[in-house]
Amino acid sequence: MAATTDAGVFDESGLLAKAREGDLAAFSELVNQYSRKIYRLAKHITQNDSEAEDVLQDTFLKAFEHLGDFHGQSKFYTWIVRIAVNESLMKLRKRKSDRTVPLDEPLDTGEDTVVREIAVWDENPEQQYSREEIAKILDEAVESLKPAFRTVFVLRDIEELSTEETAQALGISVPAVKSRLLRARLQLREKLTRFFKRKGDDVFAYL
Amino acid sequence: MTSLLTCKEFMQELSDYLDATVDAELRRKLEVHISQCPNCFVILDTTKKTIEVYKGVQPQPIPPEVHARLMKAVEKKMAAHKPGLSS
Repeated sequence: MAATTDAGVFDESGLLAKAREGDLAAFSELVNQYSRKIYRLAKHITQNDSEAEDVLQDTFLKAFEHLGDFHGQSKFYTWIVRIAVNESLMKLRKRKSDRTVPLDEPLDTGEDTVVREIAVWDENPEQQYSREEIAKILDEAVESLKPAFRTVFVLRDIEELSTEETAQALGISVPAVKSRLLRARLQLREKLTRFFKRKGDDVFAYL
Repeated sequence: MTSLLTCKEFMQELSDYLDATVDAELRRKLEVHISQCPNCFVILDTTKKTIEVYKGVQPQPIPPEVHARLMKAVEKKMAAHKPGLSS
């Protein structure tokens, strides 16, 4: 049987059934389907290539080990994201020298929602920069966020999990997800505005 | 007559407004606010664009050596669970 149906749709439940029976090709296909996203997620949270690789491997090894416990109540992707988030957070917590704000209790200094930059963006900021430059700007902006905000933003707005799924994956409440997401979005907006604002609006732009 | 929202109140609801999870009454108040407050309109618009720009980014391919090590680890794990399937 082909891994994809006649219509070319990714037949996830078929692959899962075969993977449960130990079919390497079927499980490999599932791994290949999601490994890029899991690696990106791990890199965003850990901000470390070697830890991200550990997370990537451990996520799929654990997923295989516990495949029997996955009964399809959630999407397979959501299930492995949860494993990957746990593995990534464990890496963060293990870092003894990490002096950043704890993940479960961000300090509310009121600073996070203060808006300093109010400027209209250029119509097509993508045209001002190369694809590599854009990727770098976006990555560095996310990396500058505190871990508590970064993890929520990555899950909600990059991996596109729902608020509830994000709350479950991080073991925090729905209101906490919402409040951190708001702060993360506003902080990123602020950072990106510095790059993407319409130049003509800034009277000092050409001085 | 409804009470007008302050900019601070608008900012608190901004995220939920963009996620379309506010009720009709609050949505209307937020829309009245942005129609009268150019600064909040710009903040709303650029926050929306911030979210959009991240949503459009596709994940980069995994470095080949990282991918190779992953597949090797998966193969080893599965072989250990199903000795009959290993080569």
